[in-house]
Amino acid sequence: MSRDPAIGYRRPMRSWWRRDRFFVRYMLRELTALAVLVYAIVLAVGVVRLSQGEAAFDGWLQALRSPLSLLLHVVLLLSMVVHAHSWFEIMPKTMPLIFVGGRRLAARTIQRTGWAATVVVTVVVFALALWARA
Amino acid sequence: MKRSNAPIFWLLFGAGGMLSALLGTVLVFITGLAVPLGFALGADWMSYPRALAFAQHWLGKAFLFVVIALFAWHAVHRLFHSLHDVGVHAGMTAKLLCYGTAAVLTVAAVVGLLSIGF
Amino acid sequence: MTEPRTVDLEVLRYRPERDSEPVWQRYTVPYNHDMSVLQALQHVKDELDGTLSYRWSCRMAICGSCGMMIGGKPKLACETFVRDLLPGPIRIEALAHFPIERDLVVNAEGFIRKLERIKPYLIPKEPRTLAQGEYLQTPLELERIEQFSSCINCMLCYAACPQFGLNPEFTGPAAIALLHRYNDDSRDGGRAQRMEVLNAEEGVWSCTAVAYCSEVCPKHVDPANAVNQNKVNSAKDYFLRFLSPKGATR
Repeated sequence: MSRDPAIGYRRPMRSWWRRDRFFVRYMLRELTALAVLVYAIVLAVGVVRLSQGEAAFDGWLQALRSPLSLLLHVVLLLSMVVHAHSWFEIMPKTMPLIFVGGRRLAARTIQRTGWAATVVVTVVVFALALWARA
Repeated sequence: MKRSNAPIFWLLFGAGGMLSALLGTVLVFITGLAVPLGFALGADWMSYPRALAFAQHWLGKAFLFVVIALFAWHAVHRLFHSLHDVGVHAGMTAKLLCYGTAAVLTVAAVVGLLSIGF
Repeated sequence: MTEPRTVDLEVLRYRPERDSEPVWQRYTVPYNHDMSVLQALQHVKDELDGTLSYRWSCRMAICGSCGMMIGGKPKLACETFVRDLLPGPIRIEALAHFPIERDLVVNAEGFIRKLERIKPYLIPKEPRTLAQGEYLQTPLELERIEQFSSCINCMLCYAACPQFGLNPEFTGPAAIALLHRYNDDSRDGGRAQRMEVLNAEEGVWSCTAVAYCSEVCPKHVDPANAVNQNKVNSAKDYFLRFLSPKGATR
């Protein structure tokens, strides 16, 4: 006895993400992609300017020193932190169940490992940058 | 049911997401705040001769290419799906605009890095 | 805090024979400390308005019948307590993202078809005779699938999933969790036959890892995990399919 799956009143999905705090957090997570894109563009422009010679590249460096750029990069920095946090928050969901010594590896462990890796990478990169000073 | 081609873009999305999660914060801090403000690394840390030397080395090229490309492909994949989430019809135009942006950035990075030479 | 003597419910009514669209109706029911939202609805139906329609059965969160939106969140009415929603009014609506048939009853036909489509039964790896005896399964092998086998088909996860709301063709959390339950069962050999469902755009690829489904699941099935794990399997299948005649699935 089969029925039509379409029978019934359909409620609109307009503004669905404003219905619940969980969805708002999700949209903020997705929005961090804009920051990742903007930063990729900044770097790409930098590479292109670099290929165009010293004057062009100095122009790019100059632009980075402007108050607008500094403000933008503060926003980008915050977005990167939100991205990293939300990335590791969801990471356990993307992995199969892992058993270590007969016990299930907790989601929290995976999340903390991700964060620890970020801290390590940050420290290592900054240390390398310091070592490579002019 | 028709097989989706999503895996290609999803792998790029995943790789870029992991890379930007690990490296995004420190890179933005260094290139966008520390160096322009002359904090800790000195204002000359990214000067033309030094940046050129970095980009001329094959490792520097690889690093810049991978960061720009993966960040771009991660971001456009997510933004494309966000368009769908907010009710924008996620058709061919939207797809071309989003993934096309990443393609443009990738090509720009390749052309730029190659013309910098070795 | 002194407890009230009554509490108000605001229920989204819909009677297709007389309503062009749903309309809110308020009821005042006597309150006591133990009552569930289901019991409040029972009072309405028994004493105030016999026309109110809703599904229910076990009253103990195992049959999966009484799923509805309570205070804007997908919940089982039998295990949602009025005392936690005071002072009210308590807004009650049919499960989100499903077509409303009448009042709090949704059309679940699409969901049933998806369950059927994923082949929810053991497909033996090779033919097996009675003489071979029963399958042996270790506790660890059971643990791999146990949470995914706990689904009571209450559809709260579909009400939580905005991707299903935006595209009703999406196979969805519970169906994919059930699919995964069979794929990962040590007794099963049907993985390759289930790949087609996973690999489709309406398979795992409609999921954007909102993961609200896992938040609302009353049985802690964690369907978000089932779906997103299988993105890896689907991607492997996509890229490695040319290497082996049957595809890359284990």
